[in-house]
Amino acid sequence: MEKEHIIRLEHVSKQFSSRNTDILAVSNINLEIKRGEVFGIIGFSGAGKSTLVRCINLLERPSDGAVYFDDTNLMDVSERTLRDTRLKMGMIFQQFNLLAQKNVLDNICFPLKIAGMKKEKRIKRARQLLELVDLTDKERAYPAQLSGGQKQRVAIARALATNPEVLLCDEATSALDPITTKSILELLKKINQEYGVTIVIITHEMQVAEQICDRIAVMSRGEIVEMGAVKDVFLNPQSETARKLILPDNQFDAEGAAKRVIRIAFDGQSSSDPIISQLTLHSGELINILGANTENIGGKAYGQMLIQCPESAEALEKIRQYLTEQGIHFEEGGTTS
Amino acid sequence: MTEQFIGLLGQGIWETLYMVLVSSLFSYVIGIPLGVLVFVTDKNGICRNRVLNLLIGGVINFIRSIPFLILLVLILPFTRLIVGTTIGSTATIVPLVVAAAPYVARMVESSLKEVDSGVVEAAQAMGASRMQIILNVMLPEAKPSLLVGATISLATILGYSAMAGFVGGGGLGAIATNYGYYRYNTEVMLITVLLLVVIVQIFQEGGLRLVRRIDKRIK
Repeated sequence: MEKEHIIRLEHVSKQFSSRNTDILAVSNINLEIKRGEVFGIIGFSGAGKSTLVRCINLLERPSDGAVYFDDTNLMDVSERTLRDTRLKMGMIFQQFNLLAQKNVLDNICFPLKIAGMKKEKRIKRARQLLELVDLTDKERAYPAQLSGGQKQRVAIARALATNPEVLLCDEATSALDPITTKSILELLKKINQEYGVTIVIITHEMQVAEQICDRIAVMSRGEIVEMGAVKDVFLNPQSETARKLILPDNQFDAEGAAKRVIRIAFDGQSSSDPIISQLTLHSGELINILGANTENIGGKAYGQMLIQCPESAEALEKIRQYLTEQGIHFEEGGTTS
Repeated sequence: MTEQFIGLLGQGIWETLYMVLVSSLFSYVIGIPLGVLVFVTDKNGICRNRVLNLLIGGVINFIRSIPFLILLVLILPFTRLIVGTTIGSTATIVPLVVAAAPYVARMVESSLKEVDSGVVEAAQAMGASRMQIILNVMLPEAKPSLLVGATISLATILGYSAMAGFVGGGGLGAIATNYGYYRYNTEVMLITVLLLVVIVQIFQEGGLRLVRRIDKRIK
């Protein structure tokens, strides 16, 4: 039986020093990533997410703490061992970082060449990977001739070439449009499920985390402010940062309106239930939809909706009662913070 | 124009090409490692080393600040030591290399700076060693820019080689000096200058065409 954790960070900090200021980009992080899971690290720009993910493969050497991969503390090993370990951790980037002067096939062969694999073998392996990422017709193309989504697929194929156990994704979808983002996330999900590759994904988009992650850690100012199953964080965010990530425009905590705004979170209820209509009928009150972000996945509703209700305590009570009866998660603005 | 004179010009062209190409070759043999070293030992480089960086950078700057004609005279003993003489085309190659290698090193350094640091990071994430990164990522990715640099370097070295004509070097520079300058033969001077212009044009145009053909970023 294999150990449950593949990556473990203990008291990891990273300080950047410049002439007159020290910046603590990552501060005392403790984290365990389970074998085979999709783990998200989410936060706003400058929260330290990218630095943290680079601490996992020591592209950034932590100033303090321990980084365990399979129970080996990478802070203690030789450079040679570190490089061998990196073969077990693929990485993809926001800007793809493909070799501009090499074609698709040579890009995918590159890590295998570094690892010392024979030419025929690496071409064979690269072709398998091209099939996996659905780009078999592009093997002679150069990166400049590909779209963003295609480039990221090549980068994924390249990152998987050495059969890594972990795939680190640094804002892998942030440069892509929503539809391409979705297809890349589906590909990552497939890689996770069919090949058992543990995935660590850095993002500032809650939707990305929702679509793919099992667990997430919410980062703010170099610290993890909240961690748990993505569903729990989404339905019941505890931290200010998580709440802002879920509702970026801050409508929920807007002053004045706050008392009458309710956030309803859907998490797999039947998408054919006319919940808002029923809510209106049941409470006899008029309900205004402020904003909604829901998706119908296989007949089930996922996402959230912001509704505005009348001020009266009586009406609010009816609404609360109905939502509770139906087993729908909700949060009331102004009362939770 | 006499046949004898045409023969002289032919020989001048040949000597010039010989000097320029051979010294360019040696300049790159020395300049590429120097440029790479100065780039990778920089404070953001993959082999940070402040002392080595300052040392190499200092030597490069020192040699580059000496005017070529002065350098040429200054290293005469060194030239004699290496080729056994101080006059003629072969003798000119020594000071040309000494002057051009630091220049080439800076050209190489600036080409390497254009390489996307993200690609280097990706290679590090794949477990590439520093040597592998230099040989398999930095230099190949910088290839088009290195070639542009080479065409510029060739023109510069050609200019230097003509200057060497003043102090006993061979080639078109020597013809321009001996016939054109000392004997007030304006026609000869103009013809040699014209030939130099044509050679520069050929290097430049040929180099850029080659770059357009091999650079995979455009298309």
